[in-house]
Amino acid sequence: MLSPDIVGRVYPGRGAHEIRALSITAFARAINDENPAYFDVDAARALGYPNLLAPPTYLVSIAIDEAQQALTDPPVSIDWSRVVHGEQRFKFNRPIVAGDVLTCETAIEAVKSLAGSDFVTTRANFLDEQGTLVANAWSILVVRGPEA
Amino acid sequence: MSRRTFDSVTVGQSLPTVKYSVNREMLIAYANASGDQNPIHQDEAFAKSVGLPDVIAHGMFTMASAGRALTDFAGDPGAIVEFSTRFTKPVVVPAGQDVVIEISGTVAEKLDDRLVRIELQVTCGGVKVLGMTRAIVALA
Repeated sequence: MLSPDIVGRVYPGRGAHEIRALSITAFARAINDENPAYFDVDAARALGYPNLLAPPTYLVSIAIDEAQQALTDPPVSIDWSRVVHGEQRFKFNRPIVAGDVLTCETAIEAVKSLAGSDFVTTRANFLDEQGTLVANAWSILVVRGPEA
Repeated sequence: MSRRTFDSVTVGQSLPTVKYSVNREMLIAYANASGDQNPIHQDEAFAKSVGLPDVIAHGMFTMASAGRALTDFAGDPGAIVEFSTRFTKPVVVPAGQDVVIEISGTVAEKLDDRLVRIELQVTCGGVKVLGMTRAIVALA
């Protein structure tokens, strides 16, 4: 059972993440999406973007990595192998493109227990080099209890 | 690829229904690309040991498939302003099988600033696997 005391904890990001074209392309292949804007700079430019676009769910690859810091913090200490994803939400102030350099801080926004499982809401704030909020990603993680 | 215009869509309009398949190999590739190496998405014995019926797809893989339906409709992957879903039921991926995820959708509302709200229905084998899947999309 997770303590509600962990709500409000904010974990600063582990540093800058440069969004690399190769990483976008690998992610797009892994989700089986051949949209040319993920592979061909000219296709992205034709849509008015300066570089390859990242797919809408791409940021989860950074958020998962950064969330480990929160999830392994001793008062939280969630067993990832018992985690099932409950809900996910993204909000973009602008699209993410190759060449972006983003930091990602993770906040624990809510915790509740229901039917033997814990529900943890994390919010990832993605900031650019100027400190401007570019996107948010909210995840509800369901930590299944031994009997759930 | 061309952008879909705000003026060309009507409330109640259906998105083309699409079917995407997923198999164990794709889940391993997704785990490597996303960094989500939870064994429930790769290791059948482990998945069963924690009470799951079999290996299940990453919820985010299924959400990404829904995202593809959205960005293909908009004609612009940069058009997504908000995108949210609940992971209602797992997509079970038995060994050696291609499992089909079916996605349909509707333009639910036209908003200010050339934004539309789209609602998606995502099923696998007739079972709703995502719930409350909706997006705000900026059209041209």
